Amino acid sequence: MAETLSMQAAINTALDEILTADDRALVFGEDVGTLGGVFRVTDGLAAKHGSDRVFDTPLAESAIIGMSIGLAIHGFRPIPEIQFDGFAYPAMNQLITQLARMTYRSRGALPMPVTLRLPSFGGIRAPEHHGESLEAIFAHVPGLKVAVPSNPSDAYSLLKQCVADPDPVIFMEPKSRYWHKAEFGQPAEAAARIEAELPIGVSRVVRPGRHVTLVAWGAMVARCIQVAELAAEDGVDVEVLDLRWLKPLDVAGISASVGHTRRAVVVHEAPLSAGLGAEISALITENCFDSLRAPVQRVAGFDVAYPAGPLEDHYIPSVDRILAAVQRTLEYRRG
Amino acid sequence: MKTDDDTARRLYRLMVTTRALDAEATVMQRQGIIPGYAPLKGQEAAQIGSGAALDLARDFAFPTYREMGVAVAMGVDLIGYFASHHGSWHGGLYDPLASRFAPINAVVAGSVLHAMGWAKGEKLSHGTGVSLAYFGDGASSQGDVHEAMNFAGVDDLPVIFFCQNNGWAISLPTERQVAGGSVAARAAGYGLAAEVIDGNDVVEVFEATNRALQRARSGGGATVIEAMTYRVGPHSTSDDPGRYRSIGEEQSWALLDPIDRLAQQLRAAGADDAFFESARTDARETVETVRTGLVDMTDRPLTELFDFVFTNPTPRLLEQRDAYLSNAYLSNEYASEATHG
Repeated sequence: MAETLSMQAAINTALDEILTADDRALVFGEDVGTLGGVFRVTDGLAAKHGSDRVFDTPLAESAIIGMSIGLAIHGFRPIPEIQFDGFAYPAMNQLITQLARMTYRSRGALPMPVTLRLPSFGGIRAPEHHGESLEAIFAHVPGLKVAVPSNPSDAYSLLKQCVADPDPVIFMEPKSRYWHKAEFGQPAEAAARIEAELPIGVSRVVRPGRHVTLVAWGAMVARCIQVAELAAEDGVDVEVLDLRWLKPLDVAGISASVGHTRRAVVVHEAPLSAGLGAEISALITENCFDSLRAPVQRVAGFDVAYPAGPLEDHYIPSVDRILAAVQRTLEYRRG
Repeated sequence: MKTDDDTARRLYRLMVTTRALDAEATVMQRQGIIPGYAPLKGQEAAQIGSGAALDLARDFAFPTYREMGVAVAMGVDLIGYFASHHGSWHGGLYDPLASRFAPINAVVAGSVLHAMGWAKGEKLSHGTGVSLAYFGDGASSQGDVHEAMNFAGVDDLPVIFFCQNNGWAISLPTERQVAGGSVAARAAGYGLAAEVIDGNDVVEVFEATNRALQRARSGGGATVIEAMTYRVGPHSTSDDPGRYRSIGEEQSWALLDPIDRLAQQLRAAGADDAFFESARTDARETVETVRTGLVDMTDRPLTELFDFVFTNPTPRLLEQRDAYLSNAYLSNEYASEATHG
C-alpha cells in the first residue's frame, strides 16, 4: 500500500535526496534557509545539509539568477527559488539575456544546469503579484526549458530530471496544489518508474477517453479530471492529457491523443491571447488536420491581470467553462 | 615605483600592443573586414593594469564588450576575441574556461552579477581565487551593479568591482550619470573597500588591483575600484562624438595619454631605443597575425545556428535544424551536413 504525500513534501524529499547525492547542488533564495521557505518546501534542508548548501539570499531576484549563472560557471548545480511567480519579473533580464543564452554565447563551453523553482499560478486568493502564469513567456525564450508538475509523484520525479539536465529549466510549482495529498510510491521506485517510462518532454494521459482530449498542466489537470467525471455522467468520454513539460512540448503525445479522440480543448490559467493554447492549437492543426471533427477550443484566463479575491474564480477556467467548450466540440457541424 | 622595472616594461609592451590592435580594428572596420568595433583608446592603462594583475591559475575576469586590452593582458586568443567584432559569434571564439575570461557580454551590467556568483562559488570551495567584474560609469546606473555589491558585502565575497569611468556613456557625461560624486562612493553603503585611482597610470592600476586581490584572497571581501580614464575615441565605429563633446576636451585628455606617461618613466629609468623599438615590433607582429586571422576567417558552419542553444537540445529544435539544412534551396554542402552531421 503506497503512502500519500503532499506536493510540498514530495519536492522537499526530492531536494533532500538531490543535496545528498550531489555535493555541487545548492539550494538558495529568499527565506529558504532558516524559515524553510514561505511554503515550507525547503523545510529542514538547511539544518540537515548546512548553510553552505542551503542558504538565504538578500531580497533581489535579478541577483539570485545572476548569482546562479556565476555559480554554474564555477561548476556548481544551482537550484534557486524565486519566492512567487510575480517576483520573477525583476529577474527577467538575467533569465532571458543571460541564463538562457550563456550556453549559446559560449558555444557550449559554459553549460547552465540551473533549475529555477518558481511557485506559480493562481487559486489561493493571493495579493497582487503573488499569482501569475508566466509559462508562455518562458516557453517563448530560446534556451529555457519549462516543466510543470500536477501531482506529488510527478513533482518529485520531474524536479530530479530538471536538476540532472544540463540546461536551465523553469520548474513551475502550482501553489494551489502544494497541500493536496496523493498516492506516492517509495521514492526510489517512483524515480525508476518515471525515468524508465517518461523521459524529458513526455506527457501523460492521466485519464483515457474516446470523445475529446483536454490538454492541461499544473492545477488545471485536477480541474479537467473533475470535468471528465461530470461529462461521463452524460455519456461523454473525456481524455485528459497532462503535458508535464511545456518545453519541450510533447508533439507526438498531443497528436496521438487528439488523433484518436478527434476533438481537443486546451485549458490554461494564463491569458488567452498569445498563450500556449495558441501554440498547442496550431500544432494540433498541423498534425491532426484530417482527423479533427471540430476546431480546437481554448479555455483560458481572460486578457486581464490576475484579479483579486472572488473575481479570481471567474478568471481561472472553471468546470462550467471547460464543460461548455467540450460541448462546443461535440456539437460542431461543418458549415 | 614599487612595481619593478621588468613588470613596468611588460605592462608597457601590453599597452603598445593593445593600442596598435585598437587602431587596426578601426581600420579593418573602415575596410569592411569587420562590421563594427568599440574602441578603447585612452583606456589601455586601466585595462592592462587590472588584467595583468590577475593570476590565471585561480582568478576569473568578466568582461563587457570593450575589454580588448584585458584580453591582451590575460593572453586570450585574440583572433577568437575579435571573432565577436568580426560578426562570427557574439561571445567570441576563444575558450572562456581555459582563458579565465567570460564570453564577451553586450548586456550593460549583466555580467557584474556573474562575477559575484562566481566569487560565491569560490568562497564555498574554500579557494583563494578572485573574480573581477568590468563595468563602466554608464553601467553603474543599472540595478544589477547595486545588487551585486550588496550581495558581495553581505557575504564578504572575493570579487573586485572594476569601474572604468571613461567620462562618457555614449553621449551622456559622468556628471549626468553618477549622483553622489563617484561610483566608488557607493561602496561605503555596502561596506566594501573602495579606491578612486588614476586610470591612466598603469602602475597605479596594477598596484591597486593587486591590493584588492590581496584583500579578497585573505578574506577581506570585495573592493570597488574606480579607474578615472577617458574614452578618446567614439563609443563605437558608428558613433560621432563631435555631436556631444568638444575637441578641446579630447585634446586635454591626450596630454594624459597612459602610454606616453609610462614611456617617459621607463626612459628615465634607463629604457633605451631598442626596448621601445622591440615593443613596436612585437605589436606589429601581433596586429599582423590578428589581421590575417580575421581576413581569412570563414563563416561559421550553418549547423551552429542551432547547435548550442541547449546542451541537451529539444526535439523541435532538431527538427527545425534538419528541415532547414536539408532544404533544396541550400547548397549541397549544407544538405550533406544535415545528412551526415
